[in-house]
Amino acid sequence: MTPHPLLAPDLVALPCELPAWNGRTDAAAWRAAATRAATQGARLVALWGAPQEVHAAYALPEGLVWLTLPCPPSAPDYPDLSDLFPAAGRMQRAVADLWGITARGAADTRPWLDHGLWPESRGARDYPFVHVSGDGVHEIPVGPVHAGIIEPGHFRFSVVGEKVLRLEARLGYTHKGISRRFTELAPAEAHRLAGRVSGDSTVAIAWAYCMALESATGTAVPQRAQWLRALLLERERVANHLGDLGALGNDAGFAVGLAQFSRLREDWLRLSKDCFGHRLLMDCVVPGGVAADLPAAAADALRRQCDAVAGEVAELRALYDGHAGLQDRFIGAGRVEPPLASRLGLTGLAGRASGIAADLRCDQPWAPYAPLNVLMATQRNGDVAARVAVRFDEVFESLRLIRALLDGLPAGPVATPLNALAGNALGLGRAEGWRGEVLVALALDEQGQRLRFCHCHDPSWHNWPVLEHAVMGNIVPDFPLINKSFNLSYSGHDL
Amino acid sequence: MWRLLRQIGRTGIRTEPAPAPDDALRHETQALGRDIIKTLGRALAIRVVDAGSCNGCELEIHATANPYYNLEGLGFQFVASPRHADLLLVTGPVSRHMEVALRRTYDAMPQPRLVVALGDCGCTGGIFGEGPATCGRVSNVIPVDVAVPGCPPDPRAILQGILTAVQGR
Ligand code: SF4
Repeated sequence: MTPHPLLAPDLVALPCELPAWNGRTDAAAWRAAATRAATQGARLVALWGAPQEVHAAYALPEGLVWLTLPCPPSAPDYPDLSDLFPAAGRMQRAVADLWGITARGAADTRPWLDHGLWPESRGARDYPFVHVSGDGVHEIPVGPVHAGIIEPGHFRFSVVGEKVLRLEARLGYTHKGISRRFTELAPAEAHRLAGRVSGDSTVAIAWAYCMALESATGTAVPQRAQWLRALLLERERVANHLGDLGALGNDAGFAVGLAQFSRLREDWLRLSKDCFGHRLLMDCVVPGGVAADLPAAAADALRRQCDAVAGEVAELRALYDGHAGLQDRFIGAGRVEPPLASRLGLTGLAGRASGIAADLRCDQPWAPYAPLNVLMATQRNGDVAARVAVRFDEVFESLRLIRALLDGLPAGPVATPLNALAGNALGLGRAEGWRGEVLVALALDEQGQRLRFCHCHDPSWHNWPVLEHAVMGNIVPDFPLINKSFNLSYSGHDL
Repeated sequence: MWRLLRQIGRTGIRTEPAPAPDDALRHETQALGRDIIKTLGRALAIRVVDAGSCNGCELEIHATANPYYNLEGLGFQFVASPRHADLLLVTGPVSRHMEVALRRTYDAMPQPRLVVALGDCGCTGGIFGEGPATCGRVSNVIPVDVAVPGCPPDPRAILQGILTAVQGR
């Protein structure tokens, strides 16, 4: 099998659950591959660093192409890609911060994750924000500590009256050295860390990590485990959508929405605890399979809950759709038109609300999902209302999938021991989390004892810069609502 | 409107009884505990700071406000400024980048004040530990009255931690 008219020569297929190829390039081929990818409409899924290397992953219809460019200390730079893929800009800045490898020719070389406080910082403590000047323009700085119960980050609004002219985010506040921590843990234990890169996406990231480790060791996961993983992933999706739908109602002044949806979410989490042992499903996906089997009685309880929640959500959707005040806040707020979305690389749930039809569960031959014919939810309006509608649609589809997964659950073991770790092996995993596509790429060291590197990529990387566009021209009081409609991860981005 | 009222009526009141305080959660001597009770009774303003969590703890803090746990019904309120707060609820291992912000938030609170560190990360640094980019547990940065373990602690445990802090010794 050959990948798309070859982004780069000499690609090697990786033994991964989803089709993927890896290859090493030189600087010229790195740039040529990116140009080809951009003209063929491929997506840049992630760009990350490792000791003396920079990596990029592109999603093609055939699968994923992962390119590695060696950057020895004698030439610690590589050609910039941010003119082709704007989302690459911040990722390249993070590579410079964490690995000292810089993008040659990049327009923006400000530090990103580095706030000038680490022992080996290259960054300054004062961040050079872009200033907007003109009659009546003033700045509103917000954060890192926010008024609500959310993660820390800094937002700099340039406004005239109530209208936002520009928003610039500064992130990196929750950076905890996760990439380094991965290299300190035993690979077979590090799924616990992957599951804590972004707590709301614990199943998606832990699954992608385990898939990567399984691909590195050539371990085939039992079928029942794959189906149970999908069941967990869909439950995570529903839990997050229920939470967001309530919060979005609340942010638009409809407190009943929050009360109702948070009640449903609580019921949902309690049953997760009963059936899988953890409310947020942390540590349920383990290398080789899943942590525990699902008892038959639990399957019945899960089915009953799907029926109950489907009815309740349908009722609440009718309330949301019929509430003029709510719709007035939702419609038109924070709009990202499809052309802008595709130029900036908006991805996942927010992408689907702006007409970007991509969902790994539909696009790739992913074992448990292929026979279930997942129905992708898309909208074209790209506003808060569209992101609300995608969430509603995805809740119903996930409820259907949960029932189908329970009905078709294959018999057999739920885990298998990992094959031996081989030196220098590469591993790759992908999963469609509730927010969008998660990617984990890892490499074992020469002895096969430790991880040489492990990169967990959350779709928030792509969507944070687009949020800044979504807010332009809106009023400041709508920012919390627009922000919530994206609900991006700080921790998953800051690493 | 009728549909909305029907939904509210059908749902009814779901609030459950609150957990009892637990002395095992106490971290340091709470010299201020009694003053707080005397001054404030149990109407308490809480300021939350995420000092570097994975966001799992935030999800469970949110849950304490749902109809089952009904934190506000117990007299507690999340407030938007440390200057209004009696109790600081801190999650996460404290990242280097949040160290100053956490200190400043703490310093901005009026006295007497209480601090509850939440989750395995807040208690010990958790899986992230201590390193060049993290200061580890919350008590490495500011004094902590009560530490609530769990990854994340469930909403009942969070409520119990808050109630323990407020009860004093
Ligand atoms: S205690 Fe667990 S849930 Fe809370 S921040 Fe730490 S890793 Fe996340």
